[in-house]
Amino acid sequence: MTSVPAVVLAAPGTNRDVDVAAALELAGASVTIIPLAEAGTTVLRSARLAVVAGGFSFADALGSGRLFALELAERLGESLGGFVAAGRPLLGICNGFQTLVRSGILPGPSSQAALGHNAHGRFECRWVALQAEPTSTRIWTQGIADELLCPIAHGEGRFHAEPDTLAKLAANGQIALRYRRPDRSAADGAFPFNPNGSDEDIAGICDPTGMVLGLMPHPEDHVLNRQHPRWTRGETSGSCRTLFANGVRHAKEL
Amino acid sequence: MGVRPSTCLVIRAVGHDPRSDQFLADAHALGISGLTAVTCTDLVFFDGALSDKSVQLVSQRLLSDPLLRTVSPHTKAKAGVIVVETTLLPGVTDARAEAIVRGAKLVGLGDIGQVATGRRFELTGVLRDEDLQHLVSRLLANPVIEKSAIGEVTPTFVSGDSTGPAEVVPVTSLSSDELLALSSERGMALDVVEMAAIANHYRKLDREPTDVELEMIAQTWSEHCNHKTFRAQITFTDGSTAVPLLKQLRAATDQINAPWVHSAFVDNAGIVAFDDHFDLAIKAETHNHPSAVEPFGGSNTGVGGVVRDVLGVSARPIALTDILCFGPTDLPIDDLPAGVLHPRVIRAGVVAGVADYGNKLGVPTVSGAIVHDEGYTANPLVFCGCVGVLPRGSNPTEPRPGDRIVVIGGRTGRDGIRGATFSSMTMDATTGDVAGASVQIGDPIVEKGLIDVILAARDAGLYSAITDCGAGGLSSSVGELASRLGATVDLDLVPRKYAGLASWEVWLSEAQERMVLAVPNVAPLQAICDRYEVELADIGSFSDDQLLILRSGGEIVAEMGMGFLHDGCPTRNLTAALPSTPPPTHTSRAVPDLAAGLLALLAHPSLRSNQDVVSGYDHEVLGGTAVRPYGGAVGDGPCDAAVVIPYGTSGDTAMVLACGVNARYGALDAYRMARACADEAMRNVVAAGADPDRVALLDNFSWGDPRRPETLGTLASAVAGCVDAALAHQAPFVSGKDSLNNEYLTSSGERRSIPPTLVITAVGRVTSLDHVVTSDLKAAGNVVLLVGSTRDELRGSHLDAVLCIDGPGDVPAPDPDAAERYRQMHRAITARLVRSCHDLSEGGLATAAAEMVIAGRLGLSMIVDGDPVVRLFSESTGRFLVEVAPSDVDAFIAAMPGSVVLGTVTAEPVLHITVGSDAITLPVADLVHAWAGHVPGIQP
Repeated sequence: MTSVPAVVLAAPGTNRDVDVAAALELAGASVTIIPLAEAGTTVLRSARLAVVAGGFSFADALGSGRLFALELAERLGESLGGFVAAGRPLLGICNGFQTLVRSGILPGPSSQAALGHNAHGRFECRWVALQAEPTSTRIWTQGIADELLCPIAHGEGRFHAEPDTLAKLAANGQIALRYRRPDRSAADGAFPFNPNGSDEDIAGICDPTGMVLGLMPHPEDHVLNRQHPRWTRGETSGSCRTLFANGVRHAKEL
Repeated sequence: MGVRPSTCLVIRAVGHDPRSDQFLADAHALGISGLTAVTCTDLVFFDGALSDKSVQLVSQRLLSDPLLRTVSPHTKAKAGVIVVETTLLPGVTDARAEAIVRGAKLVGLGDIGQVATGRRFELTGVLRDEDLQHLVSRLLANPVIEKSAIGEVTPTFVSGDSTGPAEVVPVTSLSSDELLALSSERGMALDVVEMAAIANHYRKLDREPTDVELEMIAQTWSEHCNHKTFRAQITFTDGSTAVPLLKQLRAATDQINAPWVHSAFVDNAGIVAFDDHFDLAIKAETHNHPSAVEPFGGSNTGVGGVVRDVLGVSARPIALTDILCFGPTDLPIDDLPAGVLHPRVIRAGVVAGVADYGNKLGVPTVSGAIVHDEGYTANPLVFCGCVGVLPRGSNPTEPRPGDRIVVIGGRTGRDGIRGATFSSMTMDATTGDVAGASVQIGDPIVEKGLIDVILAARDAGLYSAITDCGAGGLSSSVGELASRLGATVDLDLVPRKYAGLASWEVWLSEAQERMVLAVPNVAPLQAICDRYEVELADIGSFSDDQLLILRSGGEIVAEMGMGFLHDGCPTRNLTAALPSTPPPTHTSRAVPDLAAGLLALLAHPSLRSNQDVVSGYDHEVLGGTAVRPYGGAVGDGPCDAAVVIPYGTSGDTAMVLACGVNARYGALDAYRMARACADEAMRNVVAAGADPDRVALLDNFSWGDPRRPETLGTLASAVAGCVDAALAHQAPFVSGKDSLNNEYLTSSGERRSIPPTLVITAVGRVTSLDHVVTSDLKAAGNVVLLVGSTRDELRGSHLDAVLCIDGPGDVPAPDPDAAERYRQMHRAITARLVRSCHDLSEGGLATAAAEMVIAGRLGLSMIVDGDPVVRLFSESTGRFLVEVAPSDVDAFIAAMPGSVVLGTVTAEPVLHITVGSDAITLPVADLVHAWAGHVPGIQP
């Protein structure tokens, strides 16, 4: 079985590059981590799948993801857009999601969204329950009916957009993941289920093509049973392995 | 100065800025009730004049966001609004300013000159002048790192000439008094014997020292770097003598002679075997004095420093710990000593500093504690620990003559000058002002780059020795690496943040995020540094002539023999008073309402849940965390120890990490405090499944001034306790640190010392995740047993703390059977007989039972005999509460002779304890509520 070549993009301050690399390798990808200084217009050429990894690129000093987005535009030029246009899956997690939103790749042309400071004003690390939107048939969340469990670890994760944008995203099937209560009912903005005050409990969105997924939580930190917060109580539900398996499978079929 | 730079922009949140609420709440907590609203905004200052087009480009592309924040030119305050502005002092890490400079290039503006940032607060309400002064100096700005103004602030942009020359400082003909005056004037913190040794040395050389040499000696000989007290000859007041304290601790480790200890006390961190291929590096540090004057920066750089200790033995940092001690957060502002920050402000800043560094660095913070006691009001304590992992044998430690001396990481500034001597000084009301330069804000992004570079360089075999650049700066790090060789350094080659530093400042600066390496061939290391955008400077080379030669401007500014520098410090002779232990008296406490007593204990500031703090720490990054600080059925129960699979290892073996600390026993009986803390740390890791025969310990002492015989007496007792605990458990100490002189001189001349405080960190392992046990109750019908014996030991108990009494009796004594009991317990765990296990410590049996109920969201029904207060609340050491399946009870009792069945787990989530004719009945909701810190109106 040949493994799928994948690239993880990391800036100074990116710190979950190794986490996502491990999750992708578990799903059958062969991963190269590219530090920003070595990112050029050709780094994506041989990759079938790419991830902008989480962390604190440039300390989030100008607002999360902003400088990373400018750097990627400068260094990768058109190649990142071309990668997506060629139907290759792209994932942005946490700071990577913030970066893709800053880049305008998410939600996509003619839509605008932002990730603001958490409503309570602090960095928050806790496990959350996520539900894949049934109306989103995009590649990353395809066929995920069960809830996903994974941690968040961010200070700027409040997804925000104007009401008409939110309606458009919903109509396009671009809302990929929402925060849920453990009993699978809607979080309705209530802390800690919706941990950051995101509009409509939105945890992740995709672009109009469905190739690009961005999300604030960290699915890469729940791909093994012993990472489950209640594995010592015998629980095994909510693994996020499927998400990475979906991306890798799609990349393989290209 | 005084002239507003050409451009200043105000960044304002669209809608509400959550920071504003926090400032308002803090102001009200400080008693400033006239303040009705705060609006917090950000400022960006540009040194040069920017064109309108440039301002527009910077605003749009770098600063504003249509959905989140707007940017506008600076304007005057509106009528009725008081404006306070702050900006960082020059040289203080300003990540936003750096990002703006970098971003400006990316958006096509090229070099836009110097940038500074700040904050602007718009205040409304009725404020007296003194209220406003309080607000500015105690909440909105910290003069240690910021300048502030009521109205407009103007940042200082530094420019100046190159390195200043070295000065000659005459010492050879000074009298004792003059030598002491010189020590005091230069902040050297050396005593008259040490100063005389320096004068004598230069008389022999027939010349006077340069300022570089003098400062270097002061740093190398400081308490912080040289541990003079721990190396001192001790004579007790009864004429008996003791081996130096450090020697005692090392001797215990040598006596235990564990084959799995690979390095103890000699390097930046202790090193122990983990599995067949990997070792663990472990270290804990204190950062008390810096955290007192700049809480955020102090704890921030404390984390950064201990991480570099672990990097300094070529290990990848994989886990952080923090134990924090503060004064009461509800202290009335009038009771606050002059020059001291309010405990509420200190706590908020310290917690934010810990979170900021670990989170941005990408190392999980997995273990810790928060302790509150009035004794910490003027001297908060911040203990930061770090564990790293490295392939066995991968840490080179032998620099060779001819190796280049390479500094990587951050640039050098005037920050942290004299930090080592500062931490060896008593604080007073002026400390916050004079010590300003001693504290810095960390830059975790630069440190993340250091991790990447060092791991890559280690794997490629590119260096022959490495050390961190901590207290004492290059002086310490190059001095230590060169101690058996000699070195030549050109100070002009050290990269700086700004011009104008004197030679000695370059050499002594404690600028953060720097490492020093001995490198045979610089080019491949340079390539790795380029890859991770880390700055490298080749500043000199190692020699073999035992001489340290420093050059600047082509001249020699220091020439020091390594022998005098490292071995010339006179050994101190100190006197210790033998602690007097009062004879035990046993009078039981009256607790009319046991349930109310338990709730008050659960809500005590040192016992209550800290989940609101811990949720601000990333405990998941690297994906190795298997048991978190909080866990159980709904994730809010306390875990005894963290369990972490080190990054890059096979995943079968896991590290188990826990701490022991007790602020209340130390002042009463330092020996028993040490035994109790070591036992608690051991007990915690054993409860989580660790093998007690494979536990390494760290000691961290925070004490008062050891030149007072009583203080040294309690320190010696605590060290004796550590030694006895290590031998009893066969658990060797592999590293440690002491922070002395934690005292405060009030304006009325009264000395206030902290309670003697010892933190013991225990690092153990499980060889299978099947052996991991947590403290949450697992299933109704299971049987709960008490392991260990409960004695009448209520002196210093937390029950006394909530009763607000200093009651009679004994401080908990060491249990002579504990070590064997822990081995039995471990065998029971590996035989899979234990469903849950929780250690008994602060608050005794009742508190432990309540925590197991909270964690499992199940009930517990128990019957306890004897004196209710002793049985429920005594803090006797060596005990566990254990949950066992009914079918395993006989086997468990056979494995654990002396364990006693107390009751059963129930489906209904209620804690029910029958004790004599009395009883406690509390539903889990009440326990959860109290444990979150709420006990409205209950008096035990």
